[in-house]
Formats: sequence, structure tokens, C-alpha cells
Amino acid sequence: MATLKELSQRPERLSSGHRLCAGCGASIAVKQILLGTDKPVVVGAATGCLEVATTIYPFTAWKVPFIHNAFENVAATISGAETAYKALKKKGKIKKDIKFIAFGGDGGTYDIGIQSLSGALERGHNMVYVCYDNEAYMNTGIQRSGATPCGASTTTAPAGKVKPGKEQIRKDLTSIVAAHHIPYVAQCSIFHWKDTVKKAEKAFNVEGPAFLNILAPCHRGWRYPQEDTLEIAKLAVETGFWPLIEVEDGVWRFTIKPKQRKPITEWLKLQGRFKHLFKEKNKGLLESIQKQVDDHWNYIEKLASCLGDK
Amino acid sequence: MSKILALTGDQAAAEAMRQINPDVVAAYPITPQTEIVMNFAQFVADGRVDTEMIPVESEHSAMSACVGASASGVRAMTATSANGLALMWEVVYIAASNRLPIVMPVVNRALSAPINIHCDHSDSMGARDAGWIQVYCENPQEVYDLIIMAIRIAEHKDILLPVMVCQDGFIISHGVERVRIYEDRMVRNFVGEYRGQNVLLDMDNPVTYGPLDLQDYYFEHKRQQSLAVSNARVLIPDIVKEYEKISGKNYGFIEEYKTEDAELAVVSLGSTAGTAKALVDILREQGRKVGSVKIRFFRPFPAEEIAQCLSKFKAIAVLDRSESFSSHGGPLFNEVRSVLLESEKRPVIINYIYGLGGRDIGMEQLESVFNDLKEMAEKGLNKDKFINYLGVRE
Repeated sequence: MATLKELSQRPERLSSGHRLCAGCGASIAVKQILLGTDKPVVVGAATGCLEVATTIYPFTAWKVPFIHNAFENVAATISGAETAYKALKKKGKIKKDIKFIAFGGDGGTYDIGIQSLSGALERGHNMVYVCYDNEAYMNTGIQRSGATPCGASTTTAPAGKVKPGKEQIRKDLTSIVAAHHIPYVAQCSIFHWKDTVKKAEKAFNVEGPAFLNILAPCHRGWRYPQEDTLEIAKLAVETGFWPLIEVEDGVWRFTIKPKQRKPITEWLKLQGRFKHLFKEKNKGLLESIQKQVDDHWNYIEKLASCLGDK
Repeated sequence: MSKILALTGDQAAAEAMRQINPDVVAAYPITPQTEIVMNFAQFVADGRVDTEMIPVESEHSAMSACVGASASGVRAMTATSANGLALMWEVVYIAASNRLPIVMPVVNRALSAPINIHCDHSDSMGARDAGWIQVYCENPQEVYDLIIMAIRIAEHKDILLPVMVCQDGFIISHGVERVRIYEDRMVRNFVGEYRGQNVLLDMDNPVTYGPLDLQDYYFEHKRQQSLAVSNARVLIPDIVKEYEKISGKNYGFIEEYKTEDAELAVVSLGSTAGTAKALVDILREQGRKVGSVKIRFFRPFPAEEIAQCLSKFKAIAVLDRSESFSSHGGPLFNEVRSVLLESEKRPVIINYIYGLGGRDIGMEQLESVFNDLKEMAEKGLNKDKFINYLGVRE
């Protein structure tokens, strides 16, 4: 991995002055991941916070080529750009080694864009797909997505007198992507920047598709003070809610593993979206959420032991 | 130099695409378009083109990948039909709005439900406001010629709009006809090399495609888009003339058949114009003053040409192979009828919706249309026969 000094000299691709919220996890995620290569990059983004807040015409925060097409099709769009590059390279009309990267939120990736993503992964385009996962449709105002954790209150699955917020468990997209058997898949956190940059470097360096799922807390949707974004990201890892893993050529491994997982309530209690869970009547729910985290952790442990380094 | 081959409309489309040799083709199978992508995929497999093919998982991704490729500055094509066009709908608009010169053969097929694989124009007619240029072909020869011309129209620096080249599903797409094919060299010279402007892959001059465009600029961008369509109105005849020089064929906005002294005429799109011509020949032998008008370019809409042509008749029937469910006739009828409002001499104009879901249209049916027109030319509009459904059991 590049040294901190080298990283500090890498070009800034997303300029400051964009209109994402102060304390937004997405812009931190983008900056960390783009530090993973010093090669020229073409960036695609699905419709979402990242796209609307960085490209308000006639301004753009992007210092590199950027394309937004629609909500569900950033993978297909970047696959078109990458193929155009291949065609031009074959004809000798382009010499540079260019990297292609697609950013989508969890709505644009777990839900509406999963078909486009799956198709692009199966076709084997040389691209890095990054899901900045903030666990709901934040751009439209905090609606539930397939990535929203069980128990979270959102505007389309709110906590109310009879409903405790989202009642279903979240989709395990990272495993779904890993089942495409692409060269590199990883989960990252913006708190663990070194781990993220290292994973991004690996993703950019493989031949073929790579996928990074990065937890990008959103203080507007998760309801915590904006200065706590990194702390919240850190606790998601420490509680085991968000395991830092990678699947490299089919080998599953933890990259950073907490010695002792903290109880999930340590993470939940800091966020307004889970506030209702701490009422006496929802005690059972808290227990079941802890069980979900444990089950998922055990599932990853099993994969890492069966399919891990020999 | 040229040669005559026996080709279906789909094969003619694939042959034109082979000669154009686009950089990227992203496509997905759907009846009756599939033969285009199948034939083209074989050209790729046999190394007869340099094209990079993207075998996408849906038409939505086909058009999305074409947008990504075209924005990157290369020549990108796809092809589709019916539900496939409906699925890519969102991105069809985005392609035009980003001024990306993508050429797409559309093999017209009825939209579901109920599911039906045969011809009508409900698919492309629904896309008439998407900002694409639309041409409708009468036979495989026109399919071949118009796909080649479409490249030049789409990529003209003062147009920069995508083009749908429409052909009737099965009737043209699977019907074998004689098609005159030109030398590869000639076609490649005609279409030339494509160099996109402000492209995504110009790493030294980075651009942002698809920004958020709000109340303060969106309208101006839409106005520029409508000006591009107006430019196409002016510039298409130059490209038509240039193609005529090498092919001897003149593909104007509209085509008149035996209309000089005609009193009655039918107006149609696509293969039905061929049936109408055959009937006009027979009726002319009987001394009847009848003619046929084919509208080749539906977008841009050739209003002046249509008004000038149609005002000379006593009565005309507009044939729509799609229903707009307005209770006031089909889309072609309403647009054609509106241009006559400014004409000093206005013929009686009536509408026939026909051929939905591939229902065959025969000469007897078209003859009944001319009989209706004859009656109305003499007695004036019969309000009971203003909007008609031809060849349907009621």
C-alpha cells in the first residue's frame, strides 16, 4: 500500500465546495476510495445524494470525467464507457491506462440497480463498483431500502404505535456479489481509512470487476450529531454489525476483526432511528437484533474458516 | 459497385450495421428484432467487424450502456422491439437529452397486454416525444439505406440526436426481398469516422455528463434540444441528396405515389404503403383518380411537405397502425390533420386504425377505404365514419 505521504500527493478528484452535508459519510467514502489509484479515472454515479449534490448545473465538483445516467443503471452505463475505452484502445486511439468506477447508494445498488450491477459483474467489465451504503433512500428523505437494518425507523417504515420500524432483516448484498465469483469483493468502513484505501488499491488493480461495499453513515437519516459520523462508523465495526471482510479470488477473510464484539445496543443507542427500540415493550426486538448480528457474524466466520486462507 | 442479395429486413439491418462497423453494440434479444443481434453477433464472432459487443441483461441496460459508450465518444448502436423499447423508455429520453447520436433499428411489434409478437406501431409511436428522429421503412431496401443514412443524420454536428429506424415486425423483418447492397468501402466512406465532441474519455478536458439541472437552466437545455430537431428538418435533405448521388435513391421526408391528378389518397407509414401502391396501380387501371402518400420521417415531423401534398386532394384517409386511446383517432391522424388547419383548401380527412397485433391488411380492405373516400369526396364528411377501425370484428 502507498505510504501516507504518497497518498497525500495523489490528486484530489472530488473538490471541496460540493453541497453534500457537513458530516456526510458518502463524500468521505468517495475520497478514500479514489485514493486507491494514481491512474486517471472515469467516474459514474447513480442518481442519489452524491450525484445531485456534486453536479448542480452549471457547477461540478468533479475534477475528473463524470457521468450520471439514471438511478438503476450506473453499472450498465460504466460498462458502456469501459467498452468504448476497450474499442478505442484496440484501435490505438487511446494510450492511457484508465480506471472505471461506479458509485451507487444502497437504493441504487441493493434495490433498483441490482440487475444492472449483476449483469455488469457477470460480463466481467474491468470496473470497480462502490456502494456507499447509508442504509436508506436518503436523497428522497429517508425511505426504507433493502439495506435498512431491522428495527430502524424510516419515513416509509416508521416506528409507530403498532409497528417498530423496519420488520425485515437487511439484504446481504456483499454475499450476493461474492456469489458472482468476481476477482475482488470487500466491505469497508470510513473510520478504517487505511483498510479502505488498501482494499480500493486491490480493487483497482485486479483484472475484471471489483466491488466495494462501504458503510457511509448519514447523520440526517440515522439521527445523530453530524460530528459523530466517524465514531458511528467505528462502532458499526466494533459491534460486528459491519464486518470488515474481503473475498479475494474466492478466499474469504476478515481484514480487521474486533477482539471482543461490543453489544449492538452500543451502536443503536447513539442513533435516533433506533430510539423507539429502547422502550420497555421493544426489549425482545433488541434481543432479536443482537441475534441477527451474531448469526451474520457466525456466517462470515464459517465462510472465513471454510473458504479462507489455507 | 453494388450487388443484389435476398435479405430479410433484419438481415438488411445487420448488413448495414456490419458495413457501418460501430465501435460498440449493446443489445438484448427480443422477437422480432433478435435476428439483427444474432446476425451481428456472428459478424463479431467471425471477425468481420471491429465492434466490441456488450451482451447486456436487459434492454434498459442496452440503452444505458449505449449512453455510456456514446458519451465516451464512440459510435454505439443497439436494436429493439416492443416491450424491449418500453423497458428502455427512461434511458431513451436520456440518450436524446444528452444529444448522443445512437442509431437504433426498431422492429415494430405490438405492446403487451395481451402479449403479441406481431407488428403494430404502438411501441415506437409511444416514443414519439422522446426526442429521437424516427424514420419508418417500407421494405428491407429502405431498412438498409436508412440505417446508413441515419448514422450521418445522427452524428451531424448541428443535429446530434439519436435515430430510430423502424421496420414492421415480421412483415419486413422476416420477409425476404431483393436488396441492393453497396461496397463496404463506399458505405464506410459515406458514414466516415465518428469523433464525438466533449467526450467522457478526454482525460485532459474532463466533462460532467448528466448534472442536476433545475429551474434556472433546464428549460434552456430543452429549447436547445428542440432547435436540434428543427436543424434536422433543414439538414436532412442535404444528407438525402448526398446519399442519392451514390445510390440513385431519393429518400425524402414523404413519398408520393401517383398523386399528380389524384383526388383521393391514403396516408400511411411502413409496409402498408407498399400494399397501397399495389392497389393504386389496380384502381388506376380502372380509371380511378387515387394515390398514396407515405410518411417516411415522422420525427422531425415534415409539416410543410405534408400540408402542401395533402391539400390538393378531395378526401384522404390516414392509416394508423397504433391506437392512442384518446377516443379521437390515432397519433398519425391527429398530427397530419392538424397541419391542414392552415391550408386554404382542406380535404375531408378521416382515420382508420388497422392492423393491431399483426392483423393483416389486404387490398380489399384498402379498397373499401377508397370507396369511403369517394363517397365523402362527393357528399362531404360522414361523421359516422370519421374514426374507423379497419378489419376488426365488432
